[in-house]
Order: sequence, then C-alpha cells, then structure tokens
Amino acid sequence: MFRNQSSLRRYANRFISRSSTALASLNRPTEIDVQELLKLLNNRPNGVLVAEDGVSEDLTRYNHDWTNQYKGNSRVVVRPQSTAEVSRILKYCNSRMIGVVPQGGNTALTGGSVPLDCEVVLSLEKMSDIHSLDPTTGILTCDAGCILQNLLDFAAAKDHLVPVDLGAKGTCQIGGNISTNAGGSFYFRYGSLHANVVGLEVVLANGDILDMGCTTANLKDNTGYDMKHLFIGAEGTLGIVTRAALLCPRLPPSRCTTLLACDSFDNVLNVLEIAKKSLGEILAAFEFIDGPAMNLVCQTQSKPLPLPASQDCPYYVLVESHGSCAEHDQAKMDKFLNILYEEDYVVDGVVAASLEQMNAMWYLRESCNPSCVSSGYVYKYDVSLPIPEFPRFVEELKEALNDRTFCSLDYFNWGHVIDGNLHCNVVCRGNFETNSSLRERIDRYVFEGVEKRGGSISAEHGLGQQKRKYMAKLHGSETLSKMYDIKRLFDPNRILNPGKYLPEDCR
Amino acid sequence: MKVLVGVKRVVDYAVKVRVQNKSVDLNNVKMSLNPFCEIAVEEAVRLKEGKHADEVVAMSIGPKQCTETLRTALAMGCDRAIHVTTDLRTDYMDLQPYAIAKIFEKVAEQEGTDLVLLGKQGIDSDCGQTGPMLAGFLGWPQVTFAANLEAKDGGIQVERETDAGTETINIPSLPAVVTCDLRLNEPRYATLPNIMKAKKKKVDTIAADSFGIDLEAHNEVLEVFEPPQRQEGIMVDDIDQLVDKLKNEAGVLA
Repeated sequence: MFRNQSSLRRYANRFISRSSTALASLNRPTEIDVQELLKLLNNRPNGVLVAEDGVSEDLTRYNHDWTNQYKGNSRVVVRPQSTAEVSRILKYCNSRMIGVVPQGGNTALTGGSVPLDCEVVLSLEKMSDIHSLDPTTGILTCDAGCILQNLLDFAAAKDHLVPVDLGAKGTCQIGGNISTNAGGSFYFRYGSLHANVVGLEVVLANGDILDMGCTTANLKDNTGYDMKHLFIGAEGTLGIVTRAALLCPRLPPSRCTTLLACDSFDNVLNVLEIAKKSLGEILAAFEFIDGPAMNLVCQTQSKPLPLPASQDCPYYVLVESHGSCAEHDQAKMDKFLNILYEEDYVVDGVVAASLEQMNAMWYLRESCNPSCVSSGYVYKYDVSLPIPEFPRFVEELKEALNDRTFCSLDYFNWGHVIDGNLHCNVVCRGNFETNSSLRERIDRYVFEGVEKRGGSISAEHGLGQQKRKYMAKLHGSETLSKMYDIKRLFDPNRILNPGKYLPEDCR
Repeated sequence: MKVLVGVKRVVDYAVKVRVQNKSVDLNNVKMSLNPFCEIAVEEAVRLKEGKHADEVVAMSIGPKQCTETLRTALAMGCDRAIHVTTDLRTDYMDLQPYAIAKIFEKVAEQEGTDLVLLGKQGIDSDCGQTGPMLAGFLGWPQVTFAANLEAKDGGIQVERETDAGTETINIPSLPAVVTCDLRLNEPRYATLPNIMKAKKKKVDTIAADSFGIDLEAHNEVLEVFEPPQRQEGIMVDDIDQLVDKLKNEAGVLA
C-alpha cells in the first residue's frame, strides 16, 4: 500500500496532471479501495498486486503494451480466479466510480489493453480452466484467461482445432481474442469469432453476470436478442468476458504448405485466383510478405531464405491447405503448383516436406511483427482494402512521406491478402521513440488512402487508444449515437476500459 | 561413382503418435521422409553436384504412398528412383531390419552401387540396424553416424560422431556403406522447378516378394505403449510454499 502520505500525494498529483476527459469523472483507487478489493478476493496472497514507491511489485508488464508504445500508470492489478470474483470487483469499482481495464495477454497493437493512467487493471490470467470439449458437436468451453496455445494443444489432443490462430498465440488469451474479434491467419477458412463463438459469459459494470448460451451451449439457438455479438470485438467497454463456448472444427489430418516468390503483385493476384479455383474448399490460408519484410525477418531471426533462387523478390506468398485426405489434397496441390509453374506466375517456390518445414515457413510469417518491433519504432497500421489496391496504397504513402522532413523510413508490409487485410508498417530504424508529428502525418495519409478506397482503418487489430478518434468520421451520427446508447445501457458510469474504443460522448 | 540412397517413409517427427491395437496408429497421420534419410539424400545430391557421383538412385520400401516420398527425394536432386512395393508395415511391426537390409543387398548388387547412403536410423523403429547389417551382408566397409563426408581419390573420408568426440575414418576405395547423422548437413527444400522436373524422372517398381527373400518378422513385438503422462508443473507463490512442498510432497528435503 502507500507507505506514507507524501507518496500517496505524488500518486494523486500524477493522476490529476495526466487525467483525460475519459478519466475526469472517475476516482483513483485509494489505499482503502485496495484493502476492500483484497477482501473481495478473500485476502488471497497475490490476488491484488500493488505498486509502491521504492519497493514495488513490478507492474510494468500490466502497464506497458509489448511494443512499448502505450504506457499506463496503474498501481493496482486485481487477479480474480472466478466469475463471482470478477462480479464482486466490478460491483465495487462501479459503486466507487473507479476505472477498470480488463486485460488478457496484453498482446494488442492499438493500446486497448493497457490503462491510460491509474485505472485498476483486471487481469484474467488466473482464470485459465478449460472445462470441456464435446466430441460430437466440437463445442469447447473455457475460461477467458486461457492462453490460446494451451487451447490449441488441448483441442489438438482431442482431434480438434481452435478456429482462431495468430502469431501471439503463446501469450494472448481467448478472452482478449474474443473481445477484439481477432482474425488471424485462418480467417478465410474458419470464419470470424462472430461465427464461432456460440456462447459467452460476461460480467457487466454493475456486477451482473450474463450467461449467454455458455452453460447450455447450442449450435443453434434463436431465443431472444443475440447479445453476445455486442461483446465480441467491444474491447471490454461493455462488459468483461469471463467464459466462452467456441465451436471447434476437426483437426485437418492433411496439411500442405508452400512458400512462393512472385515478381509482381499482379502475379500475387494470379496465384490467389488459381488457389481459389484449384484448391477450392481445402484452401485454408493465403498470406503475403513483401520483400523488405522477408529480408528483415531473415536478418533479425538469422534464418536463411528457403527459396534460393528468389533473392530480392518483391513478394512472397504462403499458401496452406487443410483437408481430410492426404492423397486428394496432394493431387489438388500438385495441380495448383503445376498451373503456377506453367503460367510463370511464380519465380520460385518451395513445398514443405515435413511438419518441421511447415513450421519453419509459418515462423517466417509470424516473425514479421516481432522483427519489425525489434528494429525500430513502428507506426503500425492494419487496414482492409480492395486487394488489387495494396501496392498503390503503399506507394502513395511512401511518396507522401518522402520529403526529407523525417529521418529515413522503412516500409514493411505483410498480411492476410485473401481477406483484403494489409498490415502496413512504417519503421524508423534504430529509433525507438515516437514522433508525434510524424505519427499525425502518417495517420492522415493512411486514413485518406483507406477512405478513398472504401476500406477500413481497422481490419482486425481493433480501435483501442489509437483509432477511436476516427469513429466520428467512420460512422454516421445516428449509428454512433446508438453505440453510445448501448454503452450507457451496459456501463452507465463508463468505468469499463475508459478512453478506448468510442470517442468521448460529448452530449 | 554410383550412389544408392535409402528413403524411408515414416510418421512425421512432429506428430504426437497414439497407440492403438498394440501398435502405433498410422491412420490419418502425417507421414514424411525420415529426417536422417533426408540428410542422406542431401549428401548424395551434394556428391553429385560436386561431380563425385555420376548417378544418385533413391530407393524406398513400402506402400504405394512411398512414391510421394520418392518424389521429394527426386525433387531434391536424385536422378531416378526404385520403389520396392509391399503392404507390410516397415516400422518393425512386420518388415524388420534384417529383411530390409537383404532387399538393399539385392538392389545394390543389381545396380552396381559404389556407395550406399542411409539414415543412421528410422525415427519410427529407432533400430539403427539396417546400415550395419547391409555392410555385413555385402562384405563392404562401413562408417556409421557420419558427421562429415568427403570424396577423396576414389575413396571417401568420413568423420563420425562418437560419445567422446569425432573419429575420422578413411576408406581408400569403394564400395562402402555410410549411415548419416544429424550434423552432416542441412537438407534443402524441394523447390517448385525441381518438383516439376521430378515428375519426369523415372521410378521403377519392384514387388518386395519377387526377390525371393524371407520377409517374415523374426523378432516378436510384445508390447507398444505410450510413455506415462508427466504431471503438470505448478507455480508456487513464495519460497515458504516451495520449501514446504519439497519437504512434505516431494520428500527431497528433510
């Protein structure tokens, strides 16, 4: 707790000086609050982590996002072990008007999972039980704090697949995946979490627990408004997801993976067309990595490029098929590769001959993000665009920024090309501090570039702190007004994840 | 120099195998080229690229799906392939190293092979017996666990892995049998142009029972079982709890 009055005062001052409108109506947690929260968790050791001046629990990992772009100041982290405890904590914080930031694995990229200042962080990390996997329906029920990799392993041991898979799977939690409506690499094949979450348990700001088809999970259920969808992708601003029922498909016994090099984006589009045509229903993933990103990954991860004949190709494509019959899939894959070869759509390509080689190919793709982050400050964008527009969008951005005002910038691009989802990264190499005028400028060009192409400025990373200011431009006042109504309905005191997602309600 | 290289189709090493009916369940399981055989293929192809080998022939024993595995070897650079067909399981359940070595002996003799390159073991049965038995049947010199191989004046010089370090063995003249260890090389990926070329390469098929060799299993497998599950670790909150658990649960502290 706070050891003396002066540290408490410093703490309070910091809060006041950094408070934003989102936090203006909220209270900072006091020592008494900490005691009360501890009581709500039955005085469990480590149930509440508190930072003190000098001797402190190091709360950095709860306060900073992994890219170190968003930094909060929270000194209180609560770690409930059950839905009932989450309910008690929220009820208390709501009555005391204390802001609460729900947090999973804290792998988000738009600052949605870290506090703005001294809100209480509610970490779901101690709620990680996997309850069941029904072998006939494939419905898996688990707590929100389950790490995605653990779920994937659990499901795989029972011959199932979790319908979301992304690079951060070793750290991210399913509750966070659901709260951000995470997409990932197999979105095309298995669909969004809106399609695969069949039940959700959520705790509202006042402590009410909503069990929306979680305890009795059905594949089909048309009774009442399907409110669970409001919480999928709401980034914890309407309630905290505590449990989920997910529909898991069977693990595909046959997987084929190939990495291809293309000399133009037109050929990437050609490969995509052939993949859709000839691989058909077994096509599971179609990702692209541009040449600079691939070189950066090979450099920072000390991996040789598996395609010896394609040094400095502008585009690389990773294609994977999932099926149930190896011979059938192999025949399709052969046909696919044959066409690519005959039509000269690819410069070179390699086919994984073992699971190890498959994993090595995915490692390259999944290392894009960490490689970028380790090389400099990343201005990261996650946009939806008409697929043929990818290269022109990037070229325009480069031209717009190429006027010597800023230090030399590098551009690394990759993404789920089949979903029209481009991850566009502008990196200030060797420089790890943000430059706000540069950020504003890139923001402007990205926004304009996306807007004129009818795309989306957030395909799958969410709004968080980074993009909420655009909401008023993206949605009509009628739509936005209903969003505020919904927010008021579930969280009238606006204690849940304040300062994220929706811009301030000015009414 | 004519090189014969063994290519075994095994359960992919990244697959967690399951036991059913007293054997490893092979239904719907990803099968791949045995990693040690892959290293042998890579080494054979390098001998060819270094102009030491005139021809590299890949050979596999097993069901019809072995042609896929052979295609991988051909795409890596082997010149042609021989598929010895049999529906017997090759993971020690039916066909065992003795019979496999006998088949290799016949083929090596027919082919006029100078150097047989094999993986040091199959990762399914983990026997490591085929290479040494084959050398015995043929009466050829052998080097096992090769970590480096150089063609030298009509012979080969091989560095082999031992528990104490490496041992360098010179075989002044061929023929010889060499089994390959993990550090020998890093196998290449099969590239698309080579996969296409591989489709045109010749694969001869010979039925295993046409050699007149005794294919019976002479060793009986009594039991196959999965390793006992390890209990999951737990996180302790503090040193006191750790000491308590070490004393009262693990019994390793007095």
